[in-house]
Amino acid sequence: MSKSDPNAPKRLALIASKGTLDWAYPPFILASAAGAMGWEVGIFFTFYGLPLLKSDLHMQVSPLGNPAMPMKMPFGPEGFQNIVWPMPNILMANVPGFEAMATSLMKQTFKNKGVASIEELRDMCVDLDVRMIGCQMTMDVFGFKREEFIKECEVGGAAMFLEYAADADVQLFV
Amino acid sequence: MTDVIKEDQVLDCSGMLCPMPVVKTSKAMKEMQSGQVLKMVATDPGAPPDMEAWSRQTGNELMRSMTEGGKFIFYLKKK
Repeated sequence: MSKSDPNAPKRLALIASKGTLDWAYPPFILASAAGAMGWEVGIFFTFYGLPLLKSDLHMQVSPLGNPAMPMKMPFGPEGFQNIVWPMPNILMANVPGFEAMATSLMKQTFKNKGVASIEELRDMCVDLDVRMIGCQMTMDVFGFKREEFIKECEVGGAAMFLEYAADADVQLFV
Repeated sequence: MTDVIKEDQVLDCSGMLCPMPVVKTSKAMKEMQSGQVLKMVATDPGAPPDMEAWSRQTGNELMRSMTEGGKFIFYLKKK
């Protein structure tokens, strides 16, 4: 639908370029909220954002090089849960499984607080007819195959996304 | 004394955070008929401003928004 039609719904065009557990949230949250408001939504998944379209999701989060990330425990008494644990880089870089631990703590925290999982949010985006476009170039560069991605996504390039974004009311790069 | 609004359907979004109350509300409203009223209950403190925006964007009327026992209650009429 062209935006020259005054009755056309609002359109949101997003670029999802990051594939860590934390940064997987903003595009899916914004897309599902916009879809719920009746907007047309398209997300272009490129570079590290592309794996967010895989059938099997394995996002991780790393506190290393991410000093703004609060390290808190999602269990125990409230006072304990509110402690922000100081994590020296030397520890985060050298303890095997540190990222796996941080990832499971973040997932648990989100679950406890009532935040939907990425899988749930992505399913909602599918339900809301959010257009999800995987970047062909990234697929080629990283050696991914179309079969690894959900069937609901499309595959395209920069020109295809830009044409869609040119008619959008809101365009965001995440 | 405010009038009592009779709802046709109730949706409990207690314990859910953004964007779930908005997404669930939109899903529930799609199944309803024009003129019917949905009562939505949420605990997310972000829900009141979000539901106001949702109402403006979708044209479904937010008839009443109130707080009761730590919960946010919304009456929404389908356009």
